[in-house]
Amino acid sequence: MKLMEGFGKYFLMLTIVFRAPEKMSVFRRRLFEELEHIGINSIPLVALMSSFIGGVIALQTASNMSNPLLPTYTVGYITQSSTILEFSPTIISLILAGKVGSNIASEIGTMRVTEQIDALEIMGVNSLSFLVLPKVTAAVLFFPILVIFSMGLSLVGGWIALVLSDLSSTETYVYGIRYYFEMSNVWYALTKCVVFGFIIVTISSFYGYYVKGGSLEVGRSSTQAVVSSSVAILVANFLLTQMILLS
Amino acid sequence: MIEVKHVNKSFGKTQILKDISATFEKGKVNLIIGQSGHGKTVLAKCIVGLHEVDSGEILFNGRNFCKMNRVERTSIRQEIGMLFQGSALFDSMTVEENVMFPLLMFKKMTKKEMLTRVNFCLERVNLTGRNSLFPSECSGGMQKRIGIARAIAMNPKYLFCDEPNSGLDPKTAILIDTLIREITYEYQITTVAITHDMNSVMEIGDNILFIHNGNNWWTGNKNNIISTENPEVTSFVYASEFMKEIKDSIIEKNKNK
Repeated sequence: MKLMEGFGKYFLMLTIVFRAPEKMSVFRRRLFEELEHIGINSIPLVALMSSFIGGVIALQTASNMSNPLLPTYTVGYITQSSTILEFSPTIISLILAGKVGSNIASEIGTMRVTEQIDALEIMGVNSLSFLVLPKVTAAVLFFPILVIFSMGLSLVGGWIALVLSDLSSTETYVYGIRYYFEMSNVWYALTKCVVFGFIIVTISSFYGYYVKGGSLEVGRSSTQAVVSSSVAILVANFLLTQMILLS
Repeated sequence: MIEVKHVNKSFGKTQILKDISATFEKGKVNLIIGQSGHGKTVLAKCIVGLHEVDSGEILFNGRNFCKMNRVERTSIRQEIGMLFQGSALFDSMTVEENVMFPLLMFKKMTKKEMLTRVNFCLERVNLTGRNSLFPSECSGGMQKRIGIARAIAMNPKYLFCDEPNSGLDPKTAILIDTLIREITYEYQITTVAITHDMNSVMEIGDNILFIHNGNNWWTGNKNNIISTENPEVTSFVYASEFMKEIKDSIIEKNKNK
């Protein structure tokens, strides 16, 4: 019952978030701030995770290629496929759910408990639209860029790991990456990450906005936001895979 | 003028406000006093629309706020300034940006005009030249004054203050009270302040509403609160031995007259 109530409240929140901003110039300025907070500030983490995990995927694949019937370029092909289809859009989104999601929930939650949201409402500002809409827009715009960046760095990480370990040559690895490369997989990944970005921001904002109590509750809502966003990402991933890849 | 008519408000099964009616007059400092948990803040939040009332009417110069939709309420809200208990300044903005914020959102002014208005408001609360500070760099008293500057930036018709001098030393508290009174008289604002502070009650209470168990228990002003015989009011106002002694000395002084 409480879950259904929560869903209802979440969708009602979305109807208020997507109202026209009071002033476009203020929205634009807030959007650029959020592009920096949500997008640009996430680049170092995404770069670090992507290059190392790309390396690990390549090494694990290579270490399991003992069958002489399998061509050597398979390592590059598998690294490319797993990176584009799953690692970059889904795992990076799960990582960002932790970083960006907890940040949003605690930021908005703190504003709630310190009455800053009440102050916005009393001034006549649509606080939900003012706070959440620039974040959603920034995430939807920047997550695909982060994911493309992550794909590139993962493949580079895999190449460095293989070459340094002398498990494959550059030519073979690059051939494997290009072998059976399908552009539709990239579009599928980008569609997923747009949805995941939307999920992370709106769910985290929901937990932050409706927090009641003090700093302890803000901490709890932040944790709850990360858990719920992660679960929602996994469910959405399953549904999108069914809809896009298997339809 | 703000009129509150037969307002009721419950949270779940607990009724917080019970058929409250009151009038808050223009150009006067109207105080809402009472014990903690008796409904003062809920009443103020109902008046400004942060809580929806269960029944009753709230009239801003005859305009029924309860029957308005979100857009209509926005126009009234632009006439309201509010000073929060914790100041509620935006942490990520400087003093200047905080005061400028409502102007930026709702006024069609140039940057220069906005800056002139911000500087005027900051000067009014004796914070000239503090534009570039962040709220975290300001003392509690300064934060309250910034809150007042932000509240008056839009030339409000109504000013709400939620415990304006809580957490402040007596000297700063008097400074804030004086500022609220001066602004109220100068701009003929309808000011509604919630307070526990007896100094405020005696200094600036032009109209006083005493809330007890969610009821409008007593109304009066700073002069007749001293002589009231209402037991709940006297036990609230003269809770300490020190205040009781003051009361006795005032009564003695009046007898000798």
